[in-house]
Amino acid sequence: MAKTEIRVGGLGGQGVILCGHIIGKAASIYDNKYATLIQAFGPEARGSACSAQVSVADEVIGYPYVKNPDILVLMSQDAYNQFIGQLKPGGLLLYEQELVNLDQRLPAGARALGIPATRFAEELGRRLVLNIVMAGFFAGVTGLVSAEAIEKAVLSSVPKGTEDLNMRALRKGYEYGREQAAAPTQ
Amino acid sequence: MHADPKGVMTGVHFIDGDHAACEGALAAGCRFVAGYPITPSTEVVERFAARIPEVGGCFIQMEDEIASSIAILGGAWAGKKVMTVTSGPGLSLMMEHVGYAAITETPCVFVDVQRGGPSTGLPTLPAQADMMQVRWGSHGDYMPIALSPSSPQECFDLMIRAFNLAELYRVPVFFMMDEVVGHMTERVVIPEASEIEVVERRLTAKRPGEYKVYGTDGSLVPEMTKAGDGHRIHVTGLTHDERGYPAMNAMAQDKLVRRLLAKINAHADQLVDVQTDGVEGADIVVVSFGITSRVATAAVDAARAQGYKVGHLRLIVCWPFPAKLFAELAGQVKAFVVPEINMGQMVLEVERAVAGRARVVSVPHPGGTVHEPAVITQAIVEAGR
Repeated sequence: MAKTEIRVGGLGGQGVILCGHIIGKAASIYDNKYATLIQAFGPEARGSACSAQVSVADEVIGYPYVKNPDILVLMSQDAYNQFIGQLKPGGLLLYEQELVNLDQRLPAGARALGIPATRFAEELGRRLVLNIVMAGFFAGVTGLVSAEAIEKAVLSSVPKGTEDLNMRALRKGYEYGREQAAAPTQ
Repeated sequence: MHADPKGVMTGVHFIDGDHAACEGALAAGCRFVAGYPITPSTEVVERFAARIPEVGGCFIQMEDEIASSIAILGGAWAGKKVMTVTSGPGLSLMMEHVGYAAITETPCVFVDVQRGGPSTGLPTLPAQADMMQVRWGSHGDYMPIALSPSSPQECFDLMIRAFNLAELYRVPVFFMMDEVVGHMTERVVIPEASEIEVVERRLTAKRPGEYKVYGTDGSLVPEMTKAGDGHRIHVTGLTHDERGYPAMNAMAQDKLVRRLLAKINAHADQLVDVQTDGVEGADIVVVSFGITSRVATAAVDAARAQGYKVGHLRLIVCWPFPAKLFAELAGQVKAFVVPEINMGQMVLEVERAVAGRARVVSVPHPGGTVHEPAVITQAIVEAGR
């Protein structure tokens, strides 16, 4: 497997960095691949732009930055506006469909799959877990990390007492991802 | 000696370089840190402050970096392994006590997570521009040790070495991270305590009255004691004799300063450490350290794909500089290409060691981000013409 480059983008407070962290942790600790996470670090606070770069590979990762991601995981319109131009030709866009409107900037040949992650999270009881729904959606669509690995990554990353809610969020996203990935491309 | 299990968080972790550096320090036996938190190094002390109550030790958030850097030296003379953690602006304030650590031969580790400068510069963005400051920043002649990790795993592994070297040579050891390595998250494997070798302080067995605090018995590094153990000691930044008393004359100065340099220079061959890839038979050798070594791998791969015979040499230990190795390589290669996130610092050492026997090409970068790999590739191609 060559290196797969991923960028997760959204707003501060959506759990963007944790979503990237969980994908990287699943790959590098529980699937025994290599992963490097770089987070945009700045004075960002809740509500401002925020993103994480994750590289996953079967061998040691040299250059750690993501310039042209194979996969974009986007949770806000700002993130879409900022990053859609970087997506590789033929790349994959996973997006929060009630927060992101696609337009003609989506590269030709790219595959775009949406999920109402925030609504799912609200239905599960807490809007806060939308990032875990997105992480599950990522695993379900891409298969880049195994279901078992991402479950372990979530369980070892979330606060004690929230495991059950987070597992339900993860599985919701994962199952939806499996369905969407199997559906014929529109 | 093996590490004290209390400080060793054995397991496989997905953590960033700052956190890994803290775990390395705890595993190495560091039990006292004084610091004044500063981006991008804050997470190191934040984690230390959270972890140290359960491990057993002390963290003090000081009023500033000057106080931090002298508090750790006091802690070392009280018998602890010590560290302070900072970034460029704080490092500048600490320079007086770097010299004090050097002349009093106090084992200590200074962590510098480098960011763009001069002055407050770029708090959240990377640079590698403090390399000469740690070599020359305090006045007078002394010789520090500086290590340069390029991954979170190395932040753990090399930190243990940093503490071990501080004990072996009784010098300030600089741990030269940068913002990218500090905030980059990767797998970090922390072994069992029984698999981690740590060097304990060489405390004197001599009785009070027989022990001279700077007596060397012919070796280059004196035995130490700790305050309160019964030895009467005098520790001063003034030039001193073997008893530690001020001896402000040329003879004492000659003896002391020559030994301070010799204890590192005489062991330079054991201290230097580089990682090489395809250097043998190469026409061009890329020389890098820290995060730039990760970036340079992309450039080296691209140049090799174009048919250039390129080697890659990474400095793991930057000070002492492996001058002898470069002098040998100078007769074998056409050119050295030296990318670094500063406007040309370690390249000066390469030039000095190579002494005109091969081309030396600097690839400077003022900081704020890493090099574009293509810029390094271009320099390799031009050097190969």
